[in-house]
Amino acid sequence: MKKRTGFIGIVVALALVFGATAWAENIVMKGSTTVLPIAQEIAEAYMKAHPDVKISISGGGSGNGIKAIIDGTTDIGNSSRFIKGKEVKLAVEKGTYPVPFAVAYDCIIPVVHPGNPVTNLTLAQLRDIYMGKITNWKDLGGPDLKIVVISRDTSSGTYEVWEKKVMKKERVYPGALLQASNGAVVTGIAKNRNAIGYIGIGYLTKGVKALTVEGIEGTRETTLNGKFPVSRPLYMFTRGWPTGSVAKFINYIINPGQGQKYVEKSGYVPLF
Amino acid sequence: MANKRQSTEKVMQTFFFSIATASIAILFMIMLFLFMEGLPIFREVSVKDFIFGHYWYPTSDPPDFGIFPLIVASLTVTALSSAIAIPLGVMTAIYLAELASARVAEIVKPAVELLAALPSVVIGFFGMVIVAPFLQETFGLPTGLNLFNSALMLAFMSIPTICSLSEDAIHSVPIVLKEGSLALGATHWETIIRVVLPASVSGISTAVILGMSRAIGETMVVLMVAGGAAMIPGSVFDPVRPMPASIAAEMAEAPFRGDHYYALFATGIVLFLFTLVFNIIADHIAHKYRQVGEASL
Repeated sequence: MKKRTGFIGIVVALALVFGATAWAENIVMKGSTTVLPIAQEIAEAYMKAHPDVKISISGGGSGNGIKAIIDGTTDIGNSSRFIKGKEVKLAVEKGTYPVPFAVAYDCIIPVVHPGNPVTNLTLAQLRDIYMGKITNWKDLGGPDLKIVVISRDTSSGTYEVWEKKVMKKERVYPGALLQASNGAVVTGIAKNRNAIGYIGIGYLTKGVKALTVEGIEGTRETTLNGKFPVSRPLYMFTRGWPTGSVAKFINYIINPGQGQKYVEKSGYVPLF
Repeated sequence: MANKRQSTEKVMQTFFFSIATASIAILFMIMLFLFMEGLPIFREVSVKDFIFGHYWYPTSDPPDFGIFPLIVASLTVTALSSAIAIPLGVMTAIYLAELASARVAEIVKPAVELLAALPSVVIGFFGMVIVAPFLQETFGLPTGLNLFNSALMLAFMSIPTICSLSEDAIHSVPIVLKEGSLALGATHWETIIRVVLPASVSGISTAVILGMSRAIGETMVVLMVAGGAAMIPGSVFDPVRPMPASIAAEMAEAPFRGDHYYALFATGIVLFLFTLVFNIIADHIAHKYRQVGEASL
């Protein structure tokens, strides 16, 4: 473990040496692949506006982002979930106090093939479909076709939200087709009349039909006012209250006229 | 003069020896790494529960690390793709080596070998957007992303390997054997079945097993077309989740040196052992049926 930390340190140090001029300030971000597109858009714009700042970003998952905050190998840890109690305890033991900043909202929308007449499902119906209890579209007012359930991989952040907000501690049944990305879910559904899946709001295309949940359409407004049930905030964590260049960067991200514009551009829901 | 030649000889020998040692050492260290990163999971779950457990929920709380459905998926996909690829590959090889005219063989052989160069992601994409909807329409299935589709795509990938290695084996049967058979009054067909095939069985079986190793270890195709459902398939049209697909899909998001990470490496160990067994079998067959000289038949 120690060796690995040392290795990361060397890599970061090399990145600093080669990636920036001698006087530039550096910000390191890592973590959630869900937050990654937002972080990239904003970092690009920020570096254009502040040529003296160099931001390096990598993915690796929410768990890795928070772990990096605890270990002190990053300035900002991206996460698509809130920090767990276990992790806070570990951080405090190591002498840091992670501070969360909500930077955007992610809204997850159930989708079906455009030829499917079903337009609305309740949370209970969605849960039954994903538990393998409802297996035919005719039970939901659709045609007499077997339902093909498409889910994201169990390790994806999108899956975690779905599990928490829709499944309510029940497990997605093993017969569900697991896809590795939002894009693969869209392809699978656009090509299959029987399929149902769920994707982040940024991935909605004409090839799939968005369903309303409990009669509520998943949009920017219903996400912000909390009416749409399957949404979540996305976070960036810092080590203690941010200072210096990190503080300036966080302020930029949260500013509606600056960073939040790029949240929308990257397909997510801005905070305001 | 002789001294100089001897020393050159010595230098070359040492040079090649060190290169060989280096590559073997590196491979050995990769294996060591695989075991180091995979074994810690067995502190959390017993070997028996890991291999025979029916539920794979590595990120749930509490997690379940049972890879039995993944093992079954890998084995059935490999078996089915071999059932398609072996007859096609071996028969094509026989045709090319024994029956085809020189001109046809000259065109067909490079064409088959060219197929081996197709990137697996292209084959996967083909399976996903062309074959899957076709299977779904033709057989009235709920989904075209299933065991059969992935076996078909893997067969495409292993046919060139099986065919070109078998062809080499058949080609290298000494002409004396064939001439002897024909001189005794056997027909061309009898000679192929009774003499040429038995004489090349060691080479052909190596080809077959290498083709199967390729199928069981292939990642991209099964990730794209197998469907990814971690359940034991009830029919060939059920979606499955072979081991390599699971590793590829989940490794990116598994926290470094967490239980999930260890479990994926342990899955890699299982996959490694399967491939190892395949290779040992191939080696055994190659030795047992090795043709020693022309008089051994």
